[in-house]
Amino acid sequence: MALKPAQKALGPIRRSFAPWLDPSAVPLIRFENVVKRFGDFTAVDDVSLDIHQREFFALLGPSGCGKTTLMRMLAGFEAPTSGRITLAGKDLAGVPPYRRPVNMMFQSYALFPHMTVAQNIAFGLKQDGMPKPEMEARVAEMLRLVKLEPFAGRKPHQLSGGQRQRVALARSLAKKPKVLLLDEPLGALDKKLREETQFELMDLQQELGLTFLIVTHDQEEAMTVADRIAVMNHGKLVQVATPGEIYEQPNCRYVADFIGDINLFEGSVESAQGGVVRLKSAEAGAEFTAASDAELQAGAEVALAIRPEKMRVSLEPPPPEATNRLAGEVWDIAYLGDWTILLIKLDGTDKIVRVSRANVTRSEARPIGWDDRVFLWFAPDAGVLLRS
Amino acid sequence: MTDVLTPDPEAPRAIAAASPETAAGPADAGRWKRWLLIAVPYLWLLALFLAPFAIVLKISLSQTTIAQPPYEPLLDLSAGWQGLVDFVSQLDLENYSILFEDELYVASYLSSLKIATISTLLTLAIAYPMAYGMARAPKNIRPTLLMAVILPFWTSLLIRVYAWIGILNPDGLLNAFLMWAGVIREPLYIMNTETAVYIGIVYSYLPFMVLPLYSSLEKLDDTLLEAAADLGSPPWKAFWQITFPLSLPGVVAGCFLVFIPAVGEFVIPDLLGGSETLMIGKTLYNEFFLNRDWPVSSAIAVLLLLVLVVPIAIYNNLQAKELEGKA
Repeated sequence: MALKPAQKALGPIRRSFAPWLDPSAVPLIRFENVVKRFGDFTAVDDVSLDIHQREFFALLGPSGCGKTTLMRMLAGFEAPTSGRITLAGKDLAGVPPYRRPVNMMFQSYALFPHMTVAQNIAFGLKQDGMPKPEMEARVAEMLRLVKLEPFAGRKPHQLSGGQRQRVALARSLAKKPKVLLLDEPLGALDKKLREETQFELMDLQQELGLTFLIVTHDQEEAMTVADRIAVMNHGKLVQVATPGEIYEQPNCRYVADFIGDINLFEGSVESAQGGVVRLKSAEAGAEFTAASDAELQAGAEVALAIRPEKMRVSLEPPPPEATNRLAGEVWDIAYLGDWTILLIKLDGTDKIVRVSRANVTRSEARPIGWDDRVFLWFAPDAGVLLRS
Repeated sequence: MTDVLTPDPEAPRAIAAASPETAAGPADAGRWKRWLLIAVPYLWLLALFLAPFAIVLKISLSQTTIAQPPYEPLLDLSAGWQGLVDFVSQLDLENYSILFEDELYVASYLSSLKIATISTLLTLAIAYPMAYGMARAPKNIRPTLLMAVILPFWTSLLIRVYAWIGILNPDGLLNAFLMWAGVIREPLYIMNTETAVYIGIVYSYLPFMVLPLYSSLEKLDDTLLEAAADLGSPPWKAFWQITFPLSLPGVVAGCFLVFIPAVGEFVIPDLLGGSETLMIGKTLYNEFFLNRDWPVSSAIAVLLLLVLVVPIAIYNNLQAKELEGKA
């Protein structure tokens, strides 16, 4: 599928940062056909993946999809059953965790309870035999970085959850690792703090110029922080792409369904030529026009996937030039403050369509209400065609 | 409170509802019950610990005599106030000065402390790997291992110590085995030496060391060791940096649980140590039952308690601190 320039604008550096598009770029981390089995269970199934220097890379998937195992193999806590993992060109097979130039921030933080904040941060430096003055300077620098200077002498149990999370981050960054691994780092924080910390992590990663690999099951978190996301399911990589591509151009039903909300119209192709596919959906009781270069035979089973916010909804009939028209009755409404979600039952079918509207004004003359008859329409390029 | 500038009709009612109740009745009843609950164990301790101790303390200040009971003065309540004054005036510290003048007693105390200290360290050295192995064992077999540690308690201590006589005797099981295996040609004389006492104490008190160690090692979070490895600490270093410091509460508890009773131990040195092993428990027994010198043996008992008060106080303090840390 063709790539669309769909990344979020994240500043001038980030926008042009796409080493994965450059065929001459040498990746920092390479997973080559990595398989990991626990007894009969295949946790990671033939994964090949390249991660580049200075990339913020997210492994996203439901629990048990193998994302944590993949990360633990990079850290050295698990050995691959077969396949190869290289870091900066060196094969990591047989290298114990304590000799790998990667550091991990654990989900549970794993702070040493008998040591103070400063001792926790200094732990890794001490193992390297760093001279004391240098070590103290680095610890002070890390404390400043995570804004915990006044807490240097406290023990972990005297800190709040958010503060502990910062200590864990400072400890894993203190050795300036080639790669920082983050295992569900923000899972224990409440929503507000989590969002704040996500932005701080991004700033930190840019400032330090390190490579971050984050494991998460939270799609919003992955989309916020990552340059690229690998969506995993049942031990396999399903799609590896930028957040924008993953959202706007999911390559299969699993990704389309896993990331955000989506409406799927099952149907069969009527005609496909000149980049325009016409399909008939019995389910929706309508015909659709979709923009796609895909080579499709007439009669092929496909699904048109369209995000709730890509559809227009109105009490008035659409303008005559509108394509992909539907009509239905409001079935349910959820007011979320910034958005309102409408569930609309299409006329003459049982199909429920999800539509979202941004609440751009505080009041509307005539808001859409329950049981209203409404009209829906969307542009041919608003949806994505997925094979059945 | 809300910043929106609209009057809140609920506000006065909410304030009224929040005003404190003036019902003192139920609170008083609760306090009374609480005192009752606390009083029962305290009365128990008063009657069965403090009162006997007062009697022992009184006997330790008396003089020995050939009579029934074998000490004087006795408190004559019929003589009234004068009787009490006479009684108190006859009490003195002579028995305590005897304890310090005769080097037998000082030597007994010092020897007891030495034997208890060495046995505690030996027990720790044996129990730590045991507890560590138990805590690292698969979860489903841990209860079995724990049971195996507790199992010896099902037999009387006396019988188990007697069994060691059969093992350690010159013609006992140990010597028979070693000679059969060709390790030694002459039997080892372990019985009736301090070595036999060490073996007996270490054997008998091992569970008291293993259990607290196990409970602190079992709580250890494995991800801490992973974090240590991740930060560059190889496993043997991580043991001393993480595992051992975090098991210290167990080490301290186990050491006190072994040391405190071992100082006053009587059965083991009596059965296994023979005449050459000097321990304060044995000396006390001899003074009381062989010499029939109740006042001196009472003085020994009071002094032993004073010797042990310091470690017991430290132990209690540490336990209280740990409970506080958890709360």
